[in-house]
Amino acid sequence: MCDSGGALRTRKIPVQVIQLGVVFLFLGVGMFLLRQRFVPESFGDLGHYRANAVGAVAAHPIQYAGWQVCADCHTDEVETKKRSYHRTLSCEVCHGAAWAHANEETDETPPLPTQRSLCLQCHSYLPSRPTGFPQIVEERHEPAKLCHTCHNPHDPAPSETPESCSACHAAIVRVKAVSHHAPLDCQVCHETPAQHSVLPRSNLPRKPFEREFCGKCHAKGAKPPNVVRGVDLREYDIRRIDLDTHGGTLVCWQCHYQHSPEAR
Amino acid sequence: MPKTYERREFLADLAKIPCATLLLGVTGPLQALASEGGDYDPTEHYYAMGIQLDKCIGCGKCVQACKTENDVPEEPFYFRTWVERYIIYADGEVRVDSPEGGIKSFPPLEEEKQILRTFFVPKLCNHCDHPPCVQVCPVGATFKSQDGVVLVDSDYCIGCRYCIQACPYGARYLDPRSKTADKCTFCYHRITKGLLPACVEVCPTQARIFGELGKLSTPLNRMMRTSNIQVLKPHMNTEPKVFYSELDGEVR
Amino acid sequence: MSPEHFAQLESALRQVTGFIYPNEVELHWSILIVIYPYITGLVAGAFILASLAKVFKVKDVQPTYRLALLTALAFLFVAPMPLQAHLGHPERAFEIFLTPNPSSAMAMFGFVYAWYLMLVLLLEIWFEYRADLVRWRHRSRGLKKLFYWLISLGSRDVSPEAVSFDHRAVYAITIVGIPSAFLLHGYVGFIFGSVKANPWWSSVLMPIVFLFSAIVSGISLVLLLYYVTTLMRGKKLDMNCLNALASFLLYVLIVDFSLESLDVIHRLYESEESIGILRELIASKLFISLTIVQILLGTIGPMLLLAVGRFWALPDELKRMAYFIAAIFVQVGIFSTRWNVVIGGQLFSKSLRGLTVYKLEVGGQEGLLTALGLLILPFVILFVLLKLLPPWDEARTDTEPANPQLA
Repeated sequence: MCDSGGALRTRKIPVQVIQLGVVFLFLGVGMFLLRQRFVPESFGDLGHYRANAVGAVAAHPIQYAGWQVCADCHTDEVETKKRSYHRTLSCEVCHGAAWAHANEETDETPPLPTQRSLCLQCHSYLPSRPTGFPQIVEERHEPAKLCHTCHNPHDPAPSETPESCSACHAAIVRVKAVSHHAPLDCQVCHETPAQHSVLPRSNLPRKPFEREFCGKCHAKGAKPPNVVRGVDLREYDIRRIDLDTHGGTLVCWQCHYQHSPEAR
Repeated sequence: MPKTYERREFLADLAKIPCATLLLGVTGPLQALASEGGDYDPTEHYYAMGIQLDKCIGCGKCVQACKTENDVPEEPFYFRTWVERYIIYADGEVRVDSPEGGIKSFPPLEEEKQILRTFFVPKLCNHCDHPPCVQVCPVGATFKSQDGVVLVDSDYCIGCRYCIQACPYGARYLDPRSKTADKCTFCYHRITKGLLPACVEVCPTQARIFGELGKLSTPLNRMMRTSNIQVLKPHMNTEPKVFYSELDGEVR
Repeated sequence: MSPEHFAQLESALRQVTGFIYPNEVELHWSILIVIYPYITGLVAGAFILASLAKVFKVKDVQPTYRLALLTALAFLFVAPMPLQAHLGHPERAFEIFLTPNPSSAMAMFGFVYAWYLMLVLLLEIWFEYRADLVRWRHRSRGLKKLFYWLISLGSRDVSPEAVSFDHRAVYAITIVGIPSAFLLHGYVGFIFGSVKANPWWSSVLMPIVFLFSAIVSGISLVLLLYYVTTLMRGKKLDMNCLNALASFLLYVLIVDFSLESLDVIHRLYESEESIGILRELIASKLFISLTIVQILLGTIGPMLLLAVGRFWALPDELKRMAYFIAAIFVQVGIFSTRWNVVIGGQLFSKSLRGLTVYKLEVGGQEGLLTALGLLILPFVILFVLLKLLPPWDEARTDTEPANPQLA
């Protein structure tokens, strides 16, 4: 280190560092002041966000009124619907969002929809819909006829209770229709209370779970009745098994799907 | 937060009359909502949703109602909620579809193969308890509110889309009009006024249940007591607050 | 929003295979987000090369030292631009400085970038050039004189003590700069690697792989620039320098390739749930950009060319040609690497059941033209910097040889 007769030791801060220091100090203070000025108010009050944003989201306009509001004026329809199959179906599902109408903010009234496609959106047959949900095959159920001519939308029970279980259990009926159990009517195995079509989940049909039940037709030496609910069983080749040894202690439907029982 | 900022705020508060200090502590949440004239206290609620998959009929009314209620763009690229259909064939193949989010229900199946199981799964933002979207937002434009709802501050969002990448459930999208991230808000503007979210309101079979955690008098409580409860992608540890019952193992 | 945009999304929707979540049809991180890590990778890589000269005292690469610094600076200036262009609200970008979310890796951008620009790169360049700036100021007139006066901050002292301080400062800053460069580019790798929702991105290796491919791209870029600028100035290429650059490039390429191979082997071996869709992704959507461009053309090809150039007895002209071609392929390969990570990670659904497509528009805010413009701009800036702050030995004003010893 060249000692030029003066105070030049490594302790003295070189000029260029001071120059830089000034620049950085200026920048740093500037950044800090800008930050103080521009951080939005309410930021950080409740967390790392603008607390005022919560109110902004909560202030969005409302479109759906909710069925209880409809009851204030349209009591008859709501009361009827409350006791029907559509009791869980909100008015605005079919009649559209009605907040403006309910709050008298508009002269327009919600539409009275009549096109088949509205009903079919829920009720056309799709195997993915849960069993027990009423479904129809569009082309075979009064094609082109408007639904409300037979079904009151606020009380849509059909005028006659459908005889076939296929109205609600379409997937099962379709599977069974191409199986060995096709000739058997559902009621052969499932004793069904009359109320089942009115309050399905509270009046469940009986499901047989004794091996002997299936054995009534399928056990070796069993003598099933000749005619069961209009079907002559003597016209069919009924498979027989030894009920004592076949399948151990398992119940029959633990291996054989009862609606398509052919062993695969 | 730099400590200087907090200190300044604190000093400013101290300089005021003591009751003003008390008022400041309480005003925060109330200020946000009292302007509507209500007395909603977000600290008294913690929202969650239940979905009973054995009841969903795949009608898509929830998808439509959500778009109507929340002014979501009509185009089939932006969904706050949607419905998926799963078809599991007997040979093991799994087919999943969600045509336009299920908004017009689903087309019939060409039943060539034997089906083993098939069902619908409605999906939406899970309003996770450990939301990965909130974790990654660089500016604090998305957050979990005090009542457990994950919201987006669309006046602050810079549109970087990190949150959209971070969501394991595909629940977020970029609103093409505001160029900010957007997603289901549990219809926050409705639930804070005692109404139900639009999707729950219109569900014809009550497959969707809305309620609160930690409270007994809510329909969600019965569902959580009596059903086996599953959530989507539990291994991600996001702690979702949308609880499914009868959720099949094939569902992602 | 524009009908063209919707038409594009509709067309993308028709090309989806399998099942994707309805919101996933729109890809969110576009080519601009491919460009950003490519550019910061070049910055970090060029800086690491510069540190080889300054800290690790590799004399052979000394001729590229100042060039590497200026390259890093030119690309660093452009680095925030693709991010800015990509934001939904670029005018709100400053919010990252105001209210950075401490749990977000992306929030680090503002600070890491500011730190690296101000306290590493600019500072290092300033100290490195300061004596020259002062002397150039004396020799210039008019605007150029004013320019040198401004950026030297009015500095006047060129005494040996001051200059030796400069050298020590450069050394110290480079030492700090190495981890800073790692942070500048590594945090980008962390942004991807920490996204648990995406199995293509989520990996502990991601920041490491990003870093090594960055070093590869940086060294090869400086090699190309050194080659081109030397020829353009009509000077003779220093073969020692080129050989050294080629060696380092080869070594780092080997490490990079090993890391990426490790990633692949690990994925295939563990074979966890996402392997099915990722296999399909690589075999279909990413076949060309990954197998052909990134691996064959971008890694294995250059490794062979560099090894042949280094270890075979060939005339210098052929060696140079091999290095040059290898370096170009490396650049293409690294760009492809970024593409495969960013775009590849968005081409498959998080349901792990389907694949979508990325439609690169030509015009538009995030289109091909913007991307090309952003890739060309650093070279334009570099051209200006090379004119104003020439890094060539003949422009130096000190009497010391090209390899300064530390005082």
